[in-house]
Amino acid sequence: MPLFWLILIVLVIAAVGYMLGRSRALANAGGDSRELHSLPSYYGWNVALKAMVPTFGLLIVWLLAQPLYVNSVISGMIPDSAIDDGSSRGLVMAEVRRAATGLDNAVAQGLMDEDFARNARADFTDVTQRLKDAGQIVTAEVTQTVLRAAQRYRIVNSTGYLIMSIAAIVVALAGTLFALRETRALFRARNVVEFGIHALLVAAASIAILTTVGIVLSLVFNTWEFFRLYPASDFFFGLNWAPSFSGRGGSSDLGVLPLLWGTFYISIVALAVAVPIGLFAAIYLSEYASPRVRSVAKPLLEILAGIPTIVYGLFALLTVGPLLLKVFGDDGLGWMQAGTAVMTAGLVMGIMLIPFVSSLSDDIINAVPQAMRDGSYGLGATQSETIRQVVIPAALPGIVGAILLAASRAIGETMIVVLGAGAAARLSLNPFEAMTTVTAKIVSQLTGDADFASPEALVAFALGMTLFVLTLGLNIIALYIVRKYREQYE
Amino acid sequence: MNDMTAVDKTVETQRTKIAAQNVNVYYGDSHAIKDVNVEIEDKTVTAFIGPSGCGKSTFLRCLNRMNDTIDICRVTGDILLEGEDIYAKSVDPVQLRAQVGMVFQKPNPFPKSIYDNVAYGPRIHGMAKSKSDLDDIVEKSLRRGAIWDEVKDRLHAPGTGLSGGQQQRLCIARAVATEPEVLLMDEPCSALDPIATAQVEELIDELRENYSVVIVTHSMQQAARVSQKTAFFHLGNLVEFGPTGQIFTNPEDPRTESYITGRIG
Amino acid sequence: MTDASMDNPTPARSRSLSQTDPNTRRRNAAERRFRAYGMAAILVGLFFLTVLFVSIVRSGLPAFTRTVVTVDFTLTQEQMDAAESELFKTKAYSNLFIASLQEQLQQRGMTVEFDEAAIERLLGKVGGTLRAHYQANPDELSQPVAFELAASSRVDGYFKGRVQRETLQDSRFLQLSDLDLVDALEEAGIIKQAFSWAFITGADSGVDNPGGAGIGASVVGSFFMMLVVLVLSLPIGVAASIYLEEFAPQNRFTDLIEVNISNLAAVPSIVFGILGLAVFIQFMHLPQSAPLVGGLVLSLMTLPTIIISTRASLKAVPPSIRDAALGVGASKMQAVFHHVLPLAAPGILTGTIIGLAQALGETAPLLLIGMVGFVARGYPEGFVEGFTEPNSAMPAQIYTWAARADVSFYEKAWGGIIILLAFLLTMNIIAIILRRRFERRW
Repeated sequence: MPLFWLILIVLVIAAVGYMLGRSRALANAGGDSRELHSLPSYYGWNVALKAMVPTFGLLIVWLLAQPLYVNSVISGMIPDSAIDDGSSRGLVMAEVRRAATGLDNAVAQGLMDEDFARNARADFTDVTQRLKDAGQIVTAEVTQTVLRAAQRYRIVNSTGYLIMSIAAIVVALAGTLFALRETRALFRARNVVEFGIHALLVAAASIAILTTVGIVLSLVFNTWEFFRLYPASDFFFGLNWAPSFSGRGGSSDLGVLPLLWGTFYISIVALAVAVPIGLFAAIYLSEYASPRVRSVAKPLLEILAGIPTIVYGLFALLTVGPLLLKVFGDDGLGWMQAGTAVMTAGLVMGIMLIPFVSSLSDDIINAVPQAMRDGSYGLGATQSETIRQVVIPAALPGIVGAILLAASRAIGETMIVVLGAGAAARLSLNPFEAMTTVTAKIVSQLTGDADFASPEALVAFALGMTLFVLTLGLNIIALYIVRKYREQYE
Repeated sequence: MNDMTAVDKTVETQRTKIAAQNVNVYYGDSHAIKDVNVEIEDKTVTAFIGPSGCGKSTFLRCLNRMNDTIDICRVTGDILLEGEDIYAKSVDPVQLRAQVGMVFQKPNPFPKSIYDNVAYGPRIHGMAKSKSDLDDIVEKSLRRGAIWDEVKDRLHAPGTGLSGGQQQRLCIARAVATEPEVLLMDEPCSALDPIATAQVEELIDELRENYSVVIVTHSMQQAARVSQKTAFFHLGNLVEFGPTGQIFTNPEDPRTESYITGRIG
Repeated sequence: MTDASMDNPTPARSRSLSQTDPNTRRRNAAERRFRAYGMAAILVGLFFLTVLFVSIVRSGLPAFTRTVVTVDFTLTQEQMDAAESELFKTKAYSNLFIASLQEQLQQRGMTVEFDEAAIERLLGKVGGTLRAHYQANPDELSQPVAFELAASSRVDGYFKGRVQRETLQDSRFLQLSDLDLVDALEEAGIIKQAFSWAFITGADSGVDNPGGAGIGASVVGSFFMMLVVLVLSLPIGVAASIYLEEFAPQNRFTDLIEVNISNLAAVPSIVFGILGLAVFIQFMHLPQSAPLVGGLVLSLMTLPTIIISTRASLKAVPPSIRDAALGVGASKMQAVFHHVLPLAAPGILTGTIIGLAQALGETAPLLLIGMVGFVARGYPEGFVEGFTEPNSAMPAQIYTWAARADVSFYEKAWGGIIILLAFLLTMNIIAIILRRRFERRW
């Protein structure tokens, strides 16, 4: 991997720079480090940082910008006539990229030589077949336009990376030289290095913002793309979810309502399980349990929170589903057709959320001042009366916040519903029927065979956007409530 | 110190309401109250004074078994309310606390309306037969708490919205609402400003007509102003107990004298 | 005083303390009920925990054993030459094997009729295995060699109770008569259950061979992902925490970061998967299914966890330490890096391990970056390839198995869960020990 080597080279330059900077400073001070403004290592770090930071910054920007540039260049090569009806520029570009990857692979496997890969003509040779031999999935026959674009794509890309490598090394060397030139005994190396470290700290903290921006941008762009191919009103108000896998566009029904209904229904079942159990567990642990019981029961319950969701998914699919089927299925009450159902997923998700509700509520109940309880006991209230009529009402905002957080968890939960809830999207009230959720459909639309640029795949981003907005809203409200509540007793 | 009032007070001897005999209290390993004997009279204000950490609050909390809510606390000896041992097995602390009400250091109204704060006790003890009954109890209690006129127009406003002095009087009204025989007050004015303190002290004096009041205070002036009997605690011992006037003017024990004159505390 | 109370006869008290009135009895009953609800809630929670673990262990343990046939077999040079001269060479080897097996059974006084087809149903193509073995090791000719052959997954299922005699329908995979042979072989001690290292060290086998599937390759995949997570999220997380806790001024920008961190901690993991797909794969064209991409996505997910715990440990270092360092003329940066950070290190480490454990079990984002469905047939070739070549990861492998049609894979999935939980348990125990060991109360 050339990038790996490039990074290594820059690191080596920085290390050499460190040594040089250190020794140069010492030499300038006549070998007596007391004559220096800063400790010798700061002079070394000054050089190393000036070699590394601009270089890595350049690399990151370049790696982000090059695909954009290449795309616009290649996209310009494809005439409108080369885009079939029902297809789009995006689809053709995906085809170009696939062909280019195929050429790379074929060269790597020795099926083609570099020269052939650069110059072959689709109409003369069996490029498509050769690409397939190299293990590349190519949807259609590679046309001459696509092949030309793919070849150009490879060339532009590799030239780009070459220039990037050279530029990176030049910048690293230039940084080293500049820093070495300014290295003198009275140079304030510590201040400069500390300023640099401070900047790095700020940059690290900003990653949180960048991540959010990345999430929002990737959702917004793709959702926008989706709404160009599929009407937004049909998405938001459609009562039917039936993506087609054969054709492109038009023949799919992509209404979000059945998915939202499935999501809410399962979450409600989950909360119906988790909230009473979690709340009572929290009350018992914080108000009644002896320290010994508490020290055993609390960590045991919290184990439930540490178990990965894939385990719960399997538990739903292979243990709880069959168990429910035995009771409610055709052999029992006859309400259930298959093991995967709203009930199965909801129940298991409820189990998962018990410790979530209980530990949050535990904290919140503990935050209710003891004076409040004393006041109630002093009037002759029993412990349960105190809890029900004083502690819980006082803690209510916090508990509501905790439940909202749990609800947001339930809405965003993926593995349990993928494995336990079934795949059919329907608007039904029967909790023993299979239903599906927003998250489960994001998975199935993006892991299926559908092309990235088709509405069937892009709809996943619109679903992701819906999910993101829903959970974000719930979280903000919940955090606001909890914070308000905490302030009240601080 | 203006203790003329204390000296002038006439002390009529009343019936014994609570009798404590050889009471010891332990917190885990530490011995908080040592062999205390005291008799608290009906229709009298009894003040517990002493330096902080002397056990006066701990002893007060024994009188309505509030210490039961602390796991590591152990009480031995007898405390008799009207001749009945309140630590007997057959006694339900819940019933006891309805008869021995308590007001705390910091005003602690529940996060409910003023009305619900006062109605809380009568409700849980099933004291009201009807809504109008409850209304009457609430009004009577608020009047006894000397706060009715201030809150009668906003009974359904939250109790936490009142001023500190009002909150404490609300808490007193809340305690009175269960018709207790004894009212325990744990430094009821320590979180209040002087004006609110004066109001509450005035109220305590009125309450004496109907209840036996026990008040823990760190302020000797306050003890002298409101109480008829005073008990001085020091390091878990009840050093001296007698009529307030005598304690403040002519203490028998040198430790009491040192405290009153400000040498310890 | 006592006299005084004698003079005033006690008025008839409406309420006696030693008699519990009906109202109080009712209230105490309510108290007991309420308490029982609380206890019941705890018990229900613990009951679920027990059921979960029992079903994991009961369904997962069989994945660690497999059914093997151990046969002592001797092949002479003449037999080999004869077999090699025939048209169907492997069939000839098979026949030799069958003859040997029959002989061994007869020695034990058992006679069971079986043919080559039955052996193939039980053990797969034995002839080919034998031939390959002797061609590779010609020096083992004419001396007894103990062959350990894995039985087919249905025979394995018969031993583990998945396949039952009563419900078995004859098929090309297994027939009722084969079970008689299996029983006889079992009696003879030739076929038995053995611990399966192949499950722990092996790679995935593809949809048609549940017996040979192992989790080893995906453990390696997970390892490389965790390496990426550690290398990225620990320094970035610590740097971000130091900034926010020690240097950040009270302003809009700081607030924005704080809000973002607390929200990222609650964003559903699938959304991070979408981010990974759109940014790392679609936009940056990083390879699909690669541990590098998985590690990047999981790093972003783990960052909030690490930041939150690191800030807590930084906060726990008392300000007097900073003052002391500043007082002897250290710069603020030096005070933080020389004094505060080392003191907070155990807490940071604990938080990091817990964050890694969380990331290790995360599945949903891996679904979207193509780590599921990928058949990890082997270990990566080298260190760099470990990051960039497609691989699976433990939770993704478990999901892949659970999603396959053949029920024999379910056992593997449960077994995989045992391994995954063993890793998580180890990590959490290390975290607990670290915390116990280095916890410092100021």
